[in-house]
Amino acid sequence: MRKKRQGHSQTSAGILFLLPNFIGFLAFVFIPILASFLLSFFNCDLLQTRNILTWHFVGLQNFINLLGFSAEGGAIKAHDPEFWSFLWNTLFLMLKIPVVMILSLGLALLLNRKLKGRVLFRTIYFLPTICAGTALYILWRWIFNANFGLLNQIINKLNMVGVSGIPWLVNPDWAKPSFILMNTWLEMGGINMLIYLAALHTIPRAYYEASALDGAGTWDRFRHITWPLLGPATFFVLIINLINGFQEGFQQAHIMTQGGPAGSTTMLSYYIYKQAYVWNHMGYAAAISLILFTIIILVTAASWKYGGKAVYYK
Amino acid sequence: MTWHTRILTYIILLIVTVIVILPFIWMVGTSLKEPGTVFEYPPRLMPQEFFWHNYSRAWQAIPFARGFFNSFFISLSITLGQLITCSLAAFAFARLKFPGRDKIFFLYLATLMVPTHVTMIPIFILLRLLPVSLNSLFHTAFWTSNLYIGNIYIGKPLGIDSYFALIVPFCFSAYGTFLLRQFFMILPRDLEEAAMLDGCNHFQIYSKIILPLSKPALATLATLTFMKAWKNYLWPLIIANSPDLMPLSVMIQWLQGLHTTDWTLLMAGSVIVLFPVIVLFAFNQRFFIRSIQFRIITY
Repeated sequence: MRKKRQGHSQTSAGILFLLPNFIGFLAFVFIPILASFLLSFFNCDLLQTRNILTWHFVGLQNFINLLGFSAEGGAIKAHDPEFWSFLWNTLFLMLKIPVVMILSLGLALLLNRKLKGRVLFRTIYFLPTICAGTALYILWRWIFNANFGLLNQIINKLNMVGVSGIPWLVNPDWAKPSFILMNTWLEMGGINMLIYLAALHTIPRAYYEASALDGAGTWDRFRHITWPLLGPATFFVLIINLINGFQEGFQQAHIMTQGGPAGSTTMLSYYIYKQAYVWNHMGYAAAISLILFTIIILVTAASWKYGGKAVYYK
Repeated sequence: MTWHTRILTYIILLIVTVIVILPFIWMVGTSLKEPGTVFEYPPRLMPQEFFWHNYSRAWQAIPFARGFFNSFFISLSITLGQLITCSLAAFAFARLKFPGRDKIFFLYLATLMVPTHVTMIPIFILLRLLPVSLNSLFHTAFWTSNLYIGNIYIGKPLGIDSYFALIVPFCFSAYGTFLLRQFFMILPRDLEEAAMLDGCNHFQIYSKIILPLSKPALATLATLTFMKAWKNYLWPLIIANSPDLMPLSVMIQWLQGLHTTDWTLLMAGSVIVLFPVIVLFAFNQRFFIRSIQFRIITY
């Protein structure tokens, strides 16, 4: 009897405790997700001037327009070639991931040694991550300035390869590598490095001492102890970076290049922004965002499926 | 470690330090140059004479004080909102038994993977249409009117260009609930049962026992939420139409739009924005890094 009464009080208390968060969760997370699914089946425009939403049902047409191809006059042509080129841009910028991961691991290995001032170094390396944002991207637009920017001035001073500077952000071929360079600077001492540092702390010193007795060199120790034991951390870092890689890039491009030149720095997130909030094509934008969601689900699912085999667990 | 590997390690660490710091020095250097001199040859990192006037030019070009206030007010409100709603919900998930609890929790977990772009579009449409709809429902013009305190514009009641739209959608985080629940789960139950026998109700257990024991987790959530809210860009960009409601992240982009190539002014503006952040981080770096490591563990 007493237990039952307690159960009742727990139920009513549980509902009361949950309610404030749950209402917000429904209103700003759960229902919007369902609404996005619905929207993607509609041609839905939000008229700028009069706050009027116009819609009509188009079935899968948005997805067909996004992903579809047609063969006209012998040539295969995408319905929305921009979508594919922006997806390509997104993938291209993810080339930074292996570079950042290698540098993060290298810095973590150095900082894991018993050194004076390692906390100071770690603090300095983390500074770009803390500062990342509009002001830092404006600074980098200035650093990339073709005539008077820091990078080209250094290149001029060193008189490298006879060039009078690189057209960093103004040339479609150079814009993406510029972003990769900036993000490498930004992220090499950031969260990835902290993950590696945390993982390195968990490797027992005894392993190294034993291998030192066996006469193993620095490289052998890295190859046979550190690297295999860092497997789970490496895998985790890779997945996190992949998932973020598909979603990020809007703020940098919006501040530094407006997605240009010639759309070369427009990523999927920027395309969603343009479709939804510049051109007011809400249905189409919802469809792109759902494709993004699908990609992220696929990456996560693949990581669950193949993750266990690819890494070494203790 | 032998002495020459030690020296080599230091040399590499110092080179990386220079690479990391150089852009910041360049920023400060540019901000202290006289406007015409950034295009001079040969270039120099720091000017011989400091030209402080850029800072007052930047400060007068846009309402910086309002920007600082907005960033602070919005981030603080979001942080407080999340601390309250997430800790209450986490307590329910971790410590109370009620029908459907685990199903609802699974629903929360399932939404963690959803990109913000998916949820933003419908919320944006809702916020665009809601004020007009409320107006016609209640036969007023209040919901689309401009509100003032004295002669300071404080935005609209809700919808586009309102503090409501900048703050409220972020006050209910599934991630925050998850993080706190994980922490509440590992707290021992003995204290709670003893308090129960002493006649404490659930709210007293939550406020007098669980919350005080969870200070590290609450501090972590507060730090992460505040940082994320401070850096938020896309949402305030589409919501804050008037400069009076812009947080710094959007306001300084507005400054860039007004003075695209006035580099000494833009760099002075960037220093104004970044200086407090760097100082705050430098004095609390252990705390920041611990918060971020905590997040990594609970991912």
